[in-house]
Amino acid sequence: MIGNVMRAGMFALALGGLGIGAAQAADDPYIVVQSTTSTQNSGLLDAILPEFKARTGIEVRVVAVGTGQAIKNAKNGDGDVLLVHAKPAEEKFVAEGWGVQRFDVMYNDFILVGPETDPAGVGGGADIVAALAAVAQAQAPFVSRGDDSGTHKAELRHWKAAGIDVSAASGEWYRETGSGMGATLNAAAGMGAYALTDRATWISFGNKDGMKVLVEGDPRLFNQYGVILVNPEKHAHVKAKEGQAFIDWLTGPEGQAAIAGFKLEGQQLFFPNAK
Amino acid sequence: MQDFAQEFKSAAALILAGDPELWAIVLLSLKVSLLAVLIAALIGMPLGAALGVGRFPGRRAVVIVLNALMGLPPVVVGLLVYLMLSRSGPLGVLNLLYTPSAMIVAQVVLVTPIVAALTRQTVETLDAEYSEQLRSLGVSRLASVPTLLWDSRLALLTALLAGFGRAIAEVGAVIMVGGNINHVTRVMTTTIALETSKGNLALALALGTILIGIAVTVTGAVSLLGLNDDRGALKHA
Repeated sequence: MIGNVMRAGMFALALGGLGIGAAQAADDPYIVVQSTTSTQNSGLLDAILPEFKARTGIEVRVVAVGTGQAIKNAKNGDGDVLLVHAKPAEEKFVAEGWGVQRFDVMYNDFILVGPETDPAGVGGGADIVAALAAVAQAQAPFVSRGDDSGTHKAELRHWKAAGIDVSAASGEWYRETGSGMGATLNAAAGMGAYALTDRATWISFGNKDGMKVLVEGDPRLFNQYGVILVNPEKHAHVKAKEGQAFIDWLTGPEGQAAIAGFKLEGQQLFFPNAK
Repeated sequence: MQDFAQEFKSAAALILAGDPELWAIVLLSLKVSLLAVLIAALIGMPLGAALGVGRFPGRRAVVIVLNALMGLPPVVVGLLVYLMLSRSGPLGVLNLLYTPSAMIVAQVVLVTPIVAALTRQTVETLDAEYSEQLRSLGVSRLASVPTLLWDSRLALLTALLAGFGRAIAEVGAVIMVGGNINHVTRVMTTTIALETSKGNLALALALGTILIGIAVTVTGAVSLLGLNDDRGALKHA
């Protein structure tokens, strides 16, 4: 019996020991940035945030979701800064008073990737709208994010330009994963399908099995990232000072140089263009 | 498919070499899930036991609901906890979203029904066996709860392990309320989800294997504890 009690006591102690430290160290200043999967999955933020921390002592906690969800989370006040890539949605966010002001940060581009066999015969082209029309014509499988992300919004714009109603083909050759870029690329690799992706995620993606870049270089594939401070007038708890410090750094010479200096396999993934 | 053997070797090497990043992730996973199970036990066991011995109108319905709650979809729990803890939610002022505490809350919600339902089942069976004896000794139904719980401790240990298994393996809820923030709320399952989305399938699988190893180790350690207890119980009998 005594043994039992002692064992139970030790078990409780062990659990208690684990519990210490579960509470957050609240002393260090930190901000929460609602951002997109492309900035995280590519490794950009992991690479540049330590520089900001060393400079200012402010820790940046990144929640990486699709642009649509990031904007909703920011509207709920669950972030101090928004760093996403869907300019019309960002401008709406600011116009409705949720954000203070929008700043350009950097750009990269979207590319159409697909199976090396290229059943729709679009390889080597530089016209995304014509390529999508050819994919639809061939009824070749196309995997869409389908998650209201920045990439999804861009993709829908191009389908519209091509005059194709993809919702009619949903579940047939047009397949919406409703997931992040990486999960969508995994699905495309698995079913030999085409997909629109940002170049950063593609370059850093590890499961390119039998897939390659087919269409690139169309000016319409330009992909601009913007940064916005969540409006403290809407959410009083927003850490405006720290958040603004991050925005100033990111759009200033140091942040811009850090973005330009981030390379993967020798390739620059994001191109700073803050004004 | 990438070279799994090689990825597994490098992942295992990271663990064995005490790679601080990976160890921090493993420890956070254990911390969150063990604390969640502890809290779920404190809530679920008395609740389940009371339900096991108690007799009141509507009891059957409560039991059915409790059993059904064992199958709560983690992503729904994540969504509910997010809506509660969001700055726009009723508990937003606590500022718990995107912290390990939020993940513990979500896991407690997932695990408590499992512990309570299995406790209810065990205690009810035992009560049916012993109630005559206990009543003849003048022990009331409610007062018999501690005795019944103590006597069914082996089965309860299994209930806790079932709860732990649910908690440590779960990803849908913790990724939503924790945010998978590097060095803050990143646990084994969210790391695996992240590596999968990066297309690093072999690394993700290797991490998954380690997660299974951890689950086996914890379960094994607790089972050994239980076996020792068993000898004590036999002496009593």
